[in-house]
Parts: sequence; C-alpha cells; structure tokens
Amino acid sequence: MSDAIALEAPPVAKPRRIPWAAVLPAIPVVAVLVAAVAAPWIAPASPTAGELAARLKPPAWQEAALPGRPLGTDLLGRDVLSRLIWGARVSLVIAVAATALGAAVGSLIGLLSGYHRGRVDRVITKLIDIQLAFPFVLLAIAVIAVAGPSIPVLVVVLAIGAWVAHARIVRSLVLSLRERDYVQAAVALGAGTPRILFRHLVPEILPVIVVLATFDVGRIIILESTLSFLGLGVQPPTPSWGSDLRDAAAYVRQAWWTATFPGLAIMIVVLGLNLVGDALRDALDPRTRRMTR
Amino acid sequence: MLEFVVRRLLHTALVTLGVVTLVFVALRLSGDPAASMLPGDASVQELADLRRELGLDRSVPAQYVAFLSGAVRGDFGDSFRHQQPAFGLVLERLPATLELAFAALVLAVVVALPLGIVAALHRGRVADVLAMSFAVVGQATPYFWMGIMLILVVSVELAWLPTSGRGGWRHLILPAVTLGTHFAAAIARLTRTAMLEVLGQNFVTTARAKGLGERRVILAHALKNAAVPVVTLVGLQFGTLLGGAVVTETIFAWPGVGRLAVQSIFVRDYPVVQAGVLVLALVFVGINLLVDLLYGALDPRIRHE
Repeated sequence: MSDAIALEAPPVAKPRRIPWAAVLPAIPVVAVLVAAVAAPWIAPASPTAGELAARLKPPAWQEAALPGRPLGTDLLGRDVLSRLIWGARVSLVIAVAATALGAAVGSLIGLLSGYHRGRVDRVITKLIDIQLAFPFVLLAIAVIAVAGPSIPVLVVVLAIGAWVAHARIVRSLVLSLRERDYVQAAVALGAGTPRILFRHLVPEILPVIVVLATFDVGRIIILESTLSFLGLGVQPPTPSWGSDLRDAAAYVRQAWWTATFPGLAIMIVVLGLNLVGDALRDALDPRTRRMTR
Repeated sequence: MLEFVVRRLLHTALVTLGVVTLVFVALRLSGDPAASMLPGDASVQELADLRRELGLDRSVPAQYVAFLSGAVRGDFGDSFRHQQPAFGLVLERLPATLELAFAALVLAVVVALPLGIVAALHRGRVADVLAMSFAVVGQATPYFWMGIMLILVVSVELAWLPTSGRGGWRHLILPAVTLGTHFAAAIARLTRTAMLEVLGQNFVTTARAKGLGERRVILAHALKNAAVPVVTLVGLQFGTLLGGAVVTETIFAWPGVGRLAVQSIFVRDYPVVQAGVLVLALVFVGINLLVDLLYGALDPRIRHE
C-alpha cells in the first residue's frame, strides 16, 4: 500500500528548458519586425526615389553590382533591400491590423453566439457556413472591384476573411465552457452577462485566440501580398512585397533578384509564424502534441 | 441515404441563396458601381443615365429581386468591352479553369497521400522529417511567387516548358504544380495526422493480430478510416484552389474565368466581374455538395447525424 502511494507521488519539478520549437522560428519573425520598426534608420537608400542610371543592377555578389545596393536595384533604379525593409512595415501593419479586427469581431460574435445559443446562434452558424462556401479571393475581388484598392479597404476585406475561423472556434469552446460549474456558479450568484463573458469566459479562451491569431497573421500576409500582386491591394509607389512582385514578374527574365527576394521574405516570415503557432498550439494542448509529433 | 441526400440538397439550396446574396451585398454596398465604371470626368447626367441603365436608381430590395431573377436566368447584362452577354463569356472560359483546378487537385492528392502515409509509418525518422519539411515550406510559399520562380527556373533558364498560355499537357504542368503545391502540403500533413490516429486504434491491432499482411492493414483498414478527414479537407479546400486559380491564371496567362474577372476589374467591365465571381462561387458550392454526398457514402455514421 505504501509502495503504491510512493509511486503516485508527483515527480520532482524538472528545470525549465528553453522551448526551442517556439524560439528558433520566432527569430526571423522578430528580425523582420525590428527591421520594419527601424526602417528609416537601417534602410540603405530611399524606397521610392530611384536613379534611372542605376537601373536593374544585380546583387552585391554578382559582377556589375553597385556598391551600397546589396540586393540590387529594380526597373526604376530603386534599392531592392530598402523596398523590402519598408515593405515589411506595410505588410506587417496591414496583416496585424486585419488580424486584430477579424479576431476581435469574430471572437465577440462567437462568444455571444455560443453563450446565448437559440435563434441568434442558428443565424450566425448559417452565416459562417455561407461564407465558408465562398472562396475568399473572389469575395475580395467583388468588394475591391467596387470600393477601389486602398489600404483601409484592404484591412477591412482581410478582416472579413479572418473573422469566421475565430467565431467558429470561440463559439464551440463557449458552448462547452458555459456548462462548467464555475460559470453556473457565477450565474447563480447573479453576475450579469458582460461580467460572465469577459471575466469568466474570455480569460479561458484567450490562449486559443492567440494561437489562432498567430496563424492568421501568416495567412493574411500571404493573402495581402496575393491581392497586391493582382493589383488589388497596396498601390505603387508604396513599397509592399506583393506589389513589388507584380512589377518584378514582368521583367523576371532581365532581373531574377527583384522577383526572388520579396517572395523569400514572405516565405520566411510566414514559415516562422506557422512554426511558432504550431509550438504554441502544442504547448497548449498536449493531445495535439502527441498527434502531430 | 435518400433522406440524407434530400437534407444536403436543401442545405445547398440555402447556401446558394446565401452566396448569391453575399455577391449582391459585396458588389452593391461597397460603393457606387456606376461611379467606378465611368471615367473621373463623367458628367452628372452620364452618371444618372448609367445608374438608370443598371437599375441602380431603384430601391435596394427591388434591385435584389432583379439581381436574383437575373442570376437564375444566367443574365448578368452585357460585357461593356466585348459587347456580348457576360455570362456566356464566363462560361466559355470555365472549362480552362476547371481543367487547371482538377489537374492541380489530382497532382496534389497523388503526391500528398503517399507522402502523408509514409511520414506516419516512419514517424520521427528521416522520411517523416523530409515529408513534413516539404509540407511546412509548401504551406508558407505564396502561389504567385512559386509560379514566378518556376517560370524563371524551368522555362527561362532550362527552357523545358512553355511560360504561358493553354495548349497541350506541357502547358498544364507548371500552372498545375504552382496551384497544387500548397494544397499538397495541407493534404500531406492531415493524412499523416489522421493515419497516426487511426494506426493507434484497436481495430488496426485486431487486423494485425488476425495475421493480415501489413499492406492490407494499411491500405484497406487504416487508410479507409483516415480518408474521412482527408476527403473533407479536399472538398473544403477546393474553394481555396479556385481562388488560387485566379492568381495562377494571371501568372501563366491561362485563359480561365479568374484571369477574365481580374482583367475586367481594371477595365471596369462590371457585369463580367459579377458573372465570373458568381459562377466560380456556384461551382464551389456544387463541389461541396458532391463532397458531402461522397462523405456520406464513405462513412455511414454521417448520414444519421
């Protein structure tokens, strides 16, 4: 008997290890974030002013490279690296703003829908079904065709693409959380709906929203650059990874570098965000960790 | 099964109505189409005339009814640029889009299923790490950049395949790879997860204990049960594929609906944008219905939910 108890005693707490799975992929993301914030100080040249004499110069390690233009210049003689750094600002600001808007609206709708259930919930569930039955790029095209391309329109459109996932997941979480004893106890004590939602339910679901938002920022960076690539997003001369690729695609034969680096930037940031998201999700839910490893 | 089919059909009808409504809302409430169709220096009179011609001077409910009845008859007005019905123009290009999307789908499934299965069977070993690295990188790569890089390497440097246009199978390869890679990555990851989950279950152990060969256990027992989430993903993600087709068509000058819709935005050919978006959305709804029915056939439990 005493042996059994000894076996069930909690193990001695292990020293905390550095969570490399989350830290390593976060490095490029943080680097790009820092570069975006520090753009005015670290960009070697102006992102918009080009010299026609310095058109289509290759990156530093090739012949005919121009000093001070490490990644070469584009068709208008603008520094590719500087446009990348300033473009990071534009892409990240749009992606974070759209994610925040979409996550806030979606989570609120999910909270209300899951907590109140009934008719509102049925309408919202149908609405989610309908939007999921609609390729997002098409919706974006329809709206931007009429509203015209601009950064505020882009943020709203991308948020429209993001709210559904948040609403769906928050709703299903709240549906089960609202039956828990501590929530029922709060109801019995006479707590009002806002207090229950924001004091008792939101703290519980916040980690899930954060994980979802991490993936969303990556997804939205790709969507934004896609729309900008189609000419429906950020408009020239504002530097943006997507719209720079739109220009670069036209003369990719003459200058591989203008088409390569913005795409690499997108890929590295999105890859980093996805891996950080994976690590956060695994830390949150041991079950998925077992499954995905 | 009949009751299940009827329920899915009703659901699809409702979703279709919702999708048509969504297009109406997106197109009518995000600005004044007449103003975005005319050049900036158009007179007030011209604007009023165009608004009347498009029916924009009527009340919103009246416009909605007109839009619905037009959509049912396939009447979206004439293209300003091509002087022929917008719906016909879109239908002409639909086969090209479907060809591209299906090629990408087939390619993705053919590559990703074995990849996911092998990764699950060799969990934690080199094959798994390689397969999942491919999947993770594939998911982080935007379609359009992948397309540009493929053109740069395969068409320009190596001169193996044509850069653009539609013709024989040689024209199809690069666009299909571009569109399919992202999708293949998602399928591979999910197949791996689903297989791992199924392989740990009792019926697999039973099958092995019965003395069935490993090939039979994996293909007949495990894969059939792992297929349900994979089929769902393929169906749900088909919309992303149609959306990606818009981009892929633009890069490779593939004469499909997506490219037509995007070009029409820039020449303000509004009826064509409307018809193109709606037709692609309805194709997607139709595919979803097919997936749902297939799903019911694969897994009897779903029919009775």
